[in-house]
Amino acid sequence: MAEKVLMKGNEALAEGAIRAGCRFFAGYPITPQNEVPEYMSWRQEEVGGAFVQAESEVAAINMIYGAAATGTRAMTSSSSPGVSLKQEGISYMAGADLPCLIVNVMRGGPGLGNIAGAQGDYIQATRGGGNGDYRLIVLAPNSVEELGNFPKLAFELAEKYRMPAMILADGILGQMMEGMSYNFDPIDPKTLPAKPWALGINDGSRGKNMISSYGLGEGELEKMVLKRAERYALIERDEVRYEERFTEDADVIIVAYGISSRAAMAAVNALRSEGVKAGLFRPITLWPFPSKRLAELAKSCKAMLCAEMSLGQMIVDVKLATAGKIPVHLYAKPGAFFPVAEEIAEAVKSILNGKKDFLFNLADLADKADNTCHKPENKICKEGTLL
Amino acid sequence: MKPVTKRPESLVDIPTHYCPGCGHSVVHRLVAEVMDELDIRKRTICIAPVGCAVFADKYFNCDAIQGPHGRGPAIATGIKRSKPDTIVFSYQGDGDLASIGMAEIVHAAARGENITVIFINNTIYGMTGGQMAPTTLIGQVATTAPKGRNEKLQGNPINVSEMLSQLKSPKYIERVSVDTPQNVMNAKKAIKKAFQNQIDGVGFSFVEVLSICPTNWGVEPIKALEFLREKMMPQYPLGVFKDEGKKQEGK
Repeated sequence: MAEKVLMKGNEALAEGAIRAGCRFFAGYPITPQNEVPEYMSWRQEEVGGAFVQAESEVAAINMIYGAAATGTRAMTSSSSPGVSLKQEGISYMAGADLPCLIVNVMRGGPGLGNIAGAQGDYIQATRGGGNGDYRLIVLAPNSVEELGNFPKLAFELAEKYRMPAMILADGILGQMMEGMSYNFDPIDPKTLPAKPWALGINDGSRGKNMISSYGLGEGELEKMVLKRAERYALIERDEVRYEERFTEDADVIIVAYGISSRAAMAAVNALRSEGVKAGLFRPITLWPFPSKRLAELAKSCKAMLCAEMSLGQMIVDVKLATAGKIPVHLYAKPGAFFPVAEEIAEAVKSILNGKKDFLFNLADLADKADNTCHKPENKICKEGTLL
Repeated sequence: MKPVTKRPESLVDIPTHYCPGCGHSVVHRLVAEVMDELDIRKRTICIAPVGCAVFADKYFNCDAIQGPHGRGPAIATGIKRSKPDTIVFSYQGDGDLASIGMAEIVHAAARGENITVIFINNTIYGMTGGQMAPTTLIGQVATTAPKGRNEKLQGNPINVSEMLSQLKSPKYIERVSVDTPQNVMNAKKAIKKAFQNQIDGVGFSFVEVLSICPTNWGVEPIKALEFLREKMMPQYPLGVFKDEGKKQEGK
């Protein structure tokens, strides 16, 4: 069980899901997560599960909708553009109160973007992503080991609260190899508790089971949404997960999740060796977000620095949590660029010295922006050559 | 006294929301009678579409799931592959199946999923108020084709049964109609076969049912039946397009 093996992130994830009792997988090819369906294609057969290469991301998530409705631990994985396509089915499953696992191995965006790792889908993941008022449980691993072990946690939380869970990884985690070990024994799905709501063969001991997301009667939908909100409240109270390093006496706390937290930790170590009091706060659940703990930490530190591979998405939650009590800065690597520990360390020093080096501020960009193409009188633009 | 007919057990005893003259009620009853006769109610799962038949999940007295527009065959795939002992049918209209869900039906058919699909073709979007469907006839008026469907602007209607029968994997494809008592009886035979095939592990079975929508066609039910016979049937001829069903041993 605790044997340490060298594994690629995507494969550790796929094997972790199998061990967690996942017996249905549907997916569509997209880089950088292709190892997941490839692994599942033969591994599901070995364990008596089902694998379908779907005709589209939309079909894949709807296959998960069907499989999850039977109580099967069902999973799909994709990468950013593909996860956008899945939002229809994710919204339906949230509305139908179905547990399942969706994995987003994030890549650069928007649009086709590129295939390198990125963190541009934080807002989409933590705010639901599809139509309507809902949340997903969002887990953010920062190592191959966590990628391998989080599917079990995701399925358990999804089933406990009857809602979809997402593992929000990125192309770097998915593609890199590390030593890892599984912290649990493989689960035989037959030993899992029965789901009385699931569709299937009716032995006569129950009425018909129905799964749907609609509520067309007067006040019916409001009731459904509010009942769901009660569960969301319980999750926000009971299921928050995070990791802290050197935060007790930190002047500046770096907040980072996923692969960015690895660079941030290296920065903290470097800063500490120079006597700079830096700490790391790593949200593991992005929803529920560890807002309470961040609010407490805001009382003891001077500032926070969010390190993100985006234009600043998680920082919205950090600012909400700290409610203006301390300055919250941003070190940003958008466009699928990797955070650099040395730069993060310099950014922390900038905060302490009142400088701007390596701090990202959207407002500063306006001064530098080449806005010629926005001027209608500009001849080049009129001729369309810039476009 | 022996009852000659009764309400099928597979149909919940509640009023439906279907308009007077609508073909859905007839087809619901046929599917329910078949479920009774084959004694599969307790292991059948109905997939209700988006469209007029959205509440099919309430009407059929079996486990049911309502899914996103057009995705029935994908949902069916997920259910059937997870629980092969269940009997899974996707009930879909023409907008659901032949427009927004075209990819799902074609690929479920191409994979040869062992499921049953009941496809109601009434040449119009009913629930949303009479918009043009992929099956709307040339010249037929719709709220989004007020001058009638124009081949040059909106192309030609799609013959789904003929199209799917070009694929190798589907085992049974038939187009039926519910315009006369005789055709209703034939429709039931086809639906029964489509379910029996699934029980026997034969494979993908598809029944297209020509149906009427007096409300959105803006005609009385009797006239609607005439329209079906005179206008729809020439475009959508009844018949068996594929029947390669053989009981699979051990299934």
